[in-house]
Amino acid sequence: MTTKYSSAIATEIIQEYSAAAEMLVQILHAFIARFSYLSDAAIRQIALELNLSRAEVHGVVSFYHDFRTKPPGDHVVKICVSESCQAMGSREIVSQAEEKLGIKIKETTADGSITLEPIYCLGNCACSPAVMVDEKVYGRVDLKKLDGLIEECRG
Amino acid sequence: MTESITVFVPNETAAVSLGANEIAEKIGAVASNKKGQVNIVRNGSWGMSWLEPLVEVAVGDERIAYGPVAVDDVDGLFTAGFLQGGEHALKLGPTADIPYLKKQDRWTFRRCGLIDPLSVTDFEANGGFSGLKKALASGPEHVLEQVKMSGLRGRGGAGFPTGIKWQTVASAQGEQKYVTCNADEGDSGTFSDRILMESDPLTVIEGMIIAGFAVGASKGYVYLRSEYPLTKQIFSKALTLAREQGWLGNDIQGGGFSFDIDLHIGAGSYVCGEETAMLESLEGKAGVIRYKPPLPAIEGLFGKPTVVNNVVTLGSVPDIVAFGGAAYDEYGVGRSKGTLAFQLAGNIKRGGLVEKAFGLTLRELIEDWGGGTASGRDLRAVQIGGPLGAYFSAEQLDTPMDYEAFAAVGGMIGHGGIVVFDDTVDMAAQARFAMEFCAIESCGKCTPCRIGAVRGVEVIDRILANEQRDENFTLLNDLCDTMIDGSLCAMGGMTPFPVQSALKYFPEDFKK
Repeated sequence: MTTKYSSAIATEIIQEYSAAAEMLVQILHAFIARFSYLSDAAIRQIALELNLSRAEVHGVVSFYHDFRTKPPGDHVVKICVSESCQAMGSREIVSQAEEKLGIKIKETTADGSITLEPIYCLGNCACSPAVMVDEKVYGRVDLKKLDGLIEECRG
Repeated sequence: MTESITVFVPNETAAVSLGANEIAEKIGAVASNKKGQVNIVRNGSWGMSWLEPLVEVAVGDERIAYGPVAVDDVDGLFTAGFLQGGEHALKLGPTADIPYLKKQDRWTFRRCGLIDPLSVTDFEANGGFSGLKKALASGPEHVLEQVKMSGLRGRGGAGFPTGIKWQTVASAQGEQKYVTCNADEGDSGTFSDRILMESDPLTVIEGMIIAGFAVGASKGYVYLRSEYPLTKQIFSKALTLAREQGWLGNDIQGGGFSFDIDLHIGAGSYVCGEETAMLESLEGKAGVIRYKPPLPAIEGLFGKPTVVNNVVTLGSVPDIVAFGGAAYDEYGVGRSKGTLAFQLAGNIKRGGLVEKAFGLTLRELIEDWGGGTASGRDLRAVQIGGPLGAYFSAEQLDTPMDYEAFAAVGGMIGHGGIVVFDDTVDMAAQARFAMEFCAIESCGKCTPCRIGAVRGVEVIDRILANEQRDENFTLLNDLCDTMIDGSLCAMGGMTPFPVQSALKYFPEDFKK
C-alpha cells in the first residue's frame, strides 16, 4: 500500500540504500512503491540526502518512463503496444480502453480511479495481447476480457 | 493412508497471466475437500506457452500433461481422475513426448519446467552446480579455454564471442572487476531471459559465479527490467536461497572463491538494454550511452573492467564447463555454434520457446513448431530480432537461422524473437512505429537518432498523406542512411532496418 509523503519515511528509504548516489534509480523505485509518485518535496529531499543537485535528480527522473511525477489513479492499466501485441490487435485494445474510460492513453479518469498507460513489452509475447493491471499481467486479452478488467478496477 | 500425489502448476508469467495461480488454489481446495493428499509444486515453464497453463501430474516415472487448463476445468479434471493420469479432453500425454518439446535441442533450458526453480536440492539433483564445481576444481584458465572452444556468442543480440570478451576482462589490469548480467529484455517478441530466470534462476546465478571466477571478479550485478515483476520476485528468492546455502558470498562451498550478486531493477527505458546505457543505469544515472572505446571489458562499471553478458549467454556457460566446450560446439553451423532459444510470438498458433541448434530455417520454426498464424489467415510479414530487426516477407521463410545467413539478407537474429503478422498488417504503420519507438526511446546523446527518428515519423506521415511523394521517399532513404552511418549505437543505427525492409518488400502499403 502506498502512503502519504513523509520526510521521515523518505529518509528511512534513502538510508536503506546507504544514501549512495549510485542507488538513485533503485531509491526512486522505492519512493514510487511507497508514495505512488515523485513529488517536488521528494526530489528535493533525495537531492539533499544524496548530495546531488536537484537538476541531476530531475535528469534521472525525467529520463525513465517509470518515474511519474503526478499521482496516478487508484489502478494503473498498462496496455502493451509493442510489435507482438500489435500483431494481435493491441491497437484495437487501446482504442476500446480509451473509449470505455473516456480518456486518452497516458491520462487518468476524472474520478481518479484508472490511469491508462502504454507499455513497451511485458515479455508475454507468445500470449499476446498483454495487459498489466497494477502488478498483475494478463495474457490473450480480447475486447471482452479488457472490459472485465476495467470493470474490476472500477470495483 | 494414501500416498501424496505431486501436481505441477507453473509459477511463470505466461501461465500466471492465464490463471495459473487460481488453478493451483482450486486444485488444492478440491483435493482437500476430497481428503486427497496433493503436493502442489510451482514449477517453471517448459516454454510451451500456447499450452499454458500446463498442469502436470506425476504418475509413476512419468509426468502427464493437461493443457491449456482454465479454472473451470479443474472439477472436470478431478472427475476424470487426472491425479492418476485419467483421460480428459485436455490430456496431452507424457510431457516429454509432446513433439514441440521432444524435437528441441535443450541445453540452456534443459531444467526449465522440470524442476522447482526455488529448490537447490532439485537443481543439484538435475546437474546444477556441476559446472561451477568443475570450474573451481580446474581453475580460471581451464574455464576460459572451454568457453572459447565452445564457440558461444553473446545471446543478447550482438553475437560477440563470449570467450574473447572474458579473456579481455581476465587480462585487464585492476583489483576490482565486475560481472554484469543484462536482463533488460526489451525486444518485443522475446521472453527467453524471463523464462530462464523464472524457471531455472540458479543456472543464471551459477553462470555468473563461473564468469566471476574466470575473470577474477568478486561482484556481480543483474539488471532486470521493471516490466517483469514476477521474475523479480522469483530471482530475488533464488539469490537469497543461494546465499543461505553457501553458493554466494564468502568462500563459496569452501572452494576459496568469494562472489556475490546484487539485483537492480530498470525503469522502463528500452535503450538501457544497450550495454553502456545499462552500466550508466547501474550507476544510478540516466541511461545515456557511452562512447566506445573504451570497451566495458576495459573500462566498464564504475570505470572497472566489466563483463557484460546476456542472461541466456551466462545460463549456457555452466553446462559448457560441465560437459566441455567441444560438446557445445557440436551443435550449430558455420560460425553460429550451439543452440539458440528462438521465441515464437505475435500472430502465431503455437507461440513459445524453441531451443534448437542454429541452422534450421525460419519456415521450420514458424510452420512446424508454430503451426502458422493464430488467426488462420495468410502470413504476410515476420519481424526478427526485435524492434530494430528487419521485416521479412513470406517469400524469405527459407532463410537458415544463423548469424551470417541473416546478415547476408540484411537481417539479424538478435535475441531470437520472431514476431509473425498476418495479411491484415499495415506495413506503413509498422514502419512509422519503428521511427516513433526510436523517438520515444532514444537516449538523446547523438543527433542522428535523437532528431532523425522524429523527422522519420514526419516524413512517413507526409508520404502517407501523398505530399511530394518522390521527394519524401528520397528524403526518407537519405535519413535512414544518415541514421545507420552516424548513430552511436544500435538504437538509431538499426531503427532504419525495419523501415527500409518495409519499403523494399511491401511498397504497396505506402501507396495510399
